[in-house]
Amino acid sequence: MPEALYQQTATELQQGLQEGAFKSVDIVRSLLERIDAVDGDIGAYLHIDKADALAQAEAADARRAGGKALSDWDGVPISLKDAIAVKGQPLTCASRMLENFVSPYDSTVASKLKDAGCVLLGRLNMDEFAMGSSTENSAVKPTLNPWNKECIPGGSSGGSAASVAALECPWSLGSDTGGSIRQPASHCGVVGIKPTYGRVSRWGLAAFASSLDQIGPLARSVEDAAALLELISGKDNRDSTSVPEPVPAFRKALGQPVKGLKVGLPKQYFDNSEGLDPEVREAVMAAARHFESEGCELVEVDLPHADLAVPVYYIVATAEASSNLGRYDGVRYGYRSANASDAIDLYYKSRGEGFGEEVKRRIMLGTYVLSSGYYDAYYLKAQKARSLIRSDFAKAFEQVDVLLAPTAPTPAFRRGENTEDPLAMYLADIFTIPANLAGIPGISLPCGFSKSGLPIGFQLLGKSFDEASLLRFASNFEAAHSFARQSPEL
Amino acid sequence: MSENAHMDVDYVARLARIELSAEEKERFSGQLDRILEYFEKLNALDVSGVEPMAHAMPLYNVWREDEAEMGFAPEEALANAPAQRDNQIIVPKVVDDA
Amino acid sequence: MEYEAVIGLEVHVQLKTESKMFTTARQGFGASPNTYTDPVIMGLPGALPVMNLQAIEQSVRVGLICDSEIPEFCKWDRKNYFYPDSAKNYQITQYDQPICVGGELEVELTGPSRNVMGEHRKVKLTRAHLEEDVGKLTHFERDSLVDYNRAGTPLLEIVTEPDIRSSEEAVAFLQSLRMHLTAAGISDCDMEKGQMRCDANVSLRPKGSDVLNTRTEMKNLNSISGVKNAIESEIRRQYRVYQKGGTIVQETRRWDADSGMTQSMRGKEDAHDYRYFPDPDLMPVRLPREKVESLRAELPERVFDQQRRYQEQYDFPYTLTSVICFDFELSRFFETAMASYGKNPKALANYIANDLQRERAQSEQDGLLPIIDVKMQPAQLADLVRLVDEGVVAKHNAREVFIEMFNTGRDPEPIIKEKGLADDGDDGDLEAICKDAIAGNAKAAEEFRGGQAKAINSFMGPIMKASKGKANPQKVREMLEKLLSE
Ligand SMILES: [Mg+2]
Ligand SMILES: [Zn+2]
Repeated sequence: MPEALYQQTATELQQGLQEGAFKSVDIVRSLLERIDAVDGDIGAYLHIDKADALAQAEAADARRAGGKALSDWDGVPISLKDAIAVKGQPLTCASRMLENFVSPYDSTVASKLKDAGCVLLGRLNMDEFAMGSSTENSAVKPTLNPWNKECIPGGSSGGSAASVAALECPWSLGSDTGGSIRQPASHCGVVGIKPTYGRVSRWGLAAFASSLDQIGPLARSVEDAAALLELISGKDNRDSTSVPEPVPAFRKALGQPVKGLKVGLPKQYFDNSEGLDPEVREAVMAAARHFESEGCELVEVDLPHADLAVPVYYIVATAEASSNLGRYDGVRYGYRSANASDAIDLYYKSRGEGFGEEVKRRIMLGTYVLSSGYYDAYYLKAQKARSLIRSDFAKAFEQVDVLLAPTAPTPAFRRGENTEDPLAMYLADIFTIPANLAGIPGISLPCGFSKSGLPIGFQLLGKSFDEASLLRFASNFEAAHSFARQSPEL
Repeated sequence: MSENAHMDVDYVARLARIELSAEEKERFSGQLDRILEYFEKLNALDVSGVEPMAHAMPLYNVWREDEAEMGFAPEEALANAPAQRDNQIIVPKVVDDA
Repeated sequence: MEYEAVIGLEVHVQLKTESKMFTTARQGFGASPNTYTDPVIMGLPGALPVMNLQAIEQSVRVGLICDSEIPEFCKWDRKNYFYPDSAKNYQITQYDQPICVGGELEVELTGPSRNVMGEHRKVKLTRAHLEEDVGKLTHFERDSLVDYNRAGTPLLEIVTEPDIRSSEEAVAFLQSLRMHLTAAGISDCDMEKGQMRCDANVSLRPKGSDVLNTRTEMKNLNSISGVKNAIESEIRRQYRVYQKGGTIVQETRRWDADSGMTQSMRGKEDAHDYRYFPDPDLMPVRLPREKVESLRAELPERVFDQQRRYQEQYDFPYTLTSVICFDFELSRFFETAMASYGKNPKALANYIANDLQRERAQSEQDGLLPIIDVKMQPAQLADLVRLVDEGVVAKHNAREVFIEMFNTGRDPEPIIKEKGLADDGDDGDLEAICKDAIAGNAKAAEEFRGGQAKAINSFMGPIMKASKGKANPQKVREMLEKLLSE
């Protein structure tokens, strides 16, 4: 101390701004320098408009100087996954299909951040249309894990997690359809929250799977994550799936005692999965023992349909995606093939040339499970199995306050390791998918490192709209273990 | 479902309006069939009497009053259009789809 | 063999709303291209639909008019297909749980003459579902242009049972639907503006049999005459095929108004695999029963019920009821005037059916002056009828007053005063004028006295002329009879 500005958390930056210790332009300059220095290796950012970022910061400084700060967070920078629309900024979803697309409107979360005065710094890399678990499916470039550049950062919000881990922004937004916030958070050693479905508006989030997608925060402290969740949550009239639940002051849950509460360990997540890495198991069990030492009761719980989560997820998610991505056709915006002979041919060629492999594969799968003759056997059955998975969780939460589980079965795997085997890649989401299917919230936070120096994370899952309990437990763990404040050497 | 665990890649690609190269078709075919095989885990599941779940949260009647707002000006609506004329989007000639 | 036609209609009706079905962008006809759009209408990444309550209520009203069941639950599905007029490449519609189920609509077939009521029957409905309209494609030699103004307009698709037996019945159905929907303010149903569009499914079968043979679907029927001609042409075509021992292929055929023929568009509809599934962006609807009942309570009287009531209650002739009742604007004018005065419905109705319509036609180049631009208010017309009934103005002078009221929107009394048309009851002059007239036409006087009652008419013209139109014909007649029998 004093740390460089780029090293500070959002809460620290906010305090410094209020005390007049530095200005927003100082923060933005520090971050831009940091990005210049490290992002050539990491590849977290897809786009930054430096002049615009500095202009936003100057406007924030002027407001604060005039006593007209929009909020405590006025002037604090943030970067967004490139699937979240900001008016006048590119929105590419890391796809060739949208390489020249500039959003003519703001997502609700962007509006809320603007209303709070945050500087919208840049656009973060991702798996194309959020389809992937490694950010290797970006059509632009891969993002590398800041802890080990031979490894993937996780995905699909790989840029969001890596940028925070590499100190290229204090906090960021990602989106989580089947673990796309929690899994990269785990692999990059940061905190990530998938809010309850309906907690955060999806207006302006390019849809992957509408009934599963949620926007959420990634940060280097539980406090930052809680504060960002407060900023973006709430019922939105533009999103019919947004739920009119009151938004609590999440930061009030921080530091609340956990003594006497019950932590459930889903037995299927620890016993059954042969894929669970022993080092991961060890680190996650250590986290469980931490809560035991804090006076919590550990309870084994049964999630009998856990093994169906992956097939159910890949049927539901791809079905919805096959329809959601129908709009990318080269007609109104986006990539248009120059080789089309007529309007119908324009579709075949624009979509054939504009989408990457994984996106095409998933559209194919989703088209198939909805097609005539297969709907009942795949899609309808998966929807019913989804009901069973949800009721498994409902029963579990009759016994316990939160569930504790590994976020991912292994630490970050090596680049290229799973690219030829889509099914192996799908299985990497095995622990994160169920929360999306059930709609419940989850938080991933770091709980140690592998022998090879890669971060390991665990997740806490809670009842719908009970993010406060997750934050209470997470802050309790963080107080004793500050893994998220450790940064890789870059 | 076992005998179904094969995807007619040509038919599905046509439904999805995606042109695939011969090489893509072959690779996808193997990969997708393996995924479909994995989906057979669902076969054994008894779902009789179970309601399908289309939404993560059970909400109803999420509607709005009939009030019009200013939307896009034509320039905004067409700002990202690949080709336009007279404030409309140009598409290649539409021939009836067989 | 004698055949009968089996016809089912699918009628798309644009609902009258300010904004679109699933977003707040304005909706309407005739704006310059791509001015009624927003992120939802353009299908931008991240845009989400929110349903319009007014469109739901309008749909329920249609169901209530048609005695449909309004299920407690309905939901939204996506119909996936690629076409440049569709911004998302899926249409939000209702697949297996629509907003209205079953029902029937009363229609009137054409009578033997304009003045004689035709046969009434009820056409059964299968369902009505709510969906969104698509944009408009204009085709050019080398390319096509897309305008998304129409995209997202609330559209109710009303599907009949194969319960229609002739082109006349099909036309009667559309006319009845239009009368009822315009009367209830649900849609303007202007086919020229595409606010009502019709597809027809046609098959033939031996008369008296109840088999359902292979049908063809006719699209692009965008006028009443198009519906009539296309169905007749298709019935003839199928008849010829059967006569030659051929078979009908299930297909979609396009009506070409220029050639007066239907032509095959594409193969069987079943080739389309729309991959319907519940829309995850939209929550289902559970219509509160109180809401349905309050909509029912507000519905206007059904057209044919109103017609029967006028015939019974007011003793109107059929022709008068068909002019007044079949045009909701006239029937509303009548009802309002009636509510204001409460007497002499026949006089009110006749002024509306004759004078009002005549003046509307005269003040518009083409068609009728829109009722909204008519300056005269129903209560003012009621006043005029009252003044005639009270003898303040002579009936034969009321027409002049009416025209002035129509042109200026002024009340009748000042007009009567200004023009000196008040019937002041002074008969002094009248006797002199009548005597002059009799003296001027001895021949007619002779004929009348000889028993030819009609001869009295010969005096009327000169008397009217002499009195400058002020003379009351009834009084003139009485005076003449008195003088001639002296
Ligand atoms: Mg239809
Ligand atoms: Zn339709």
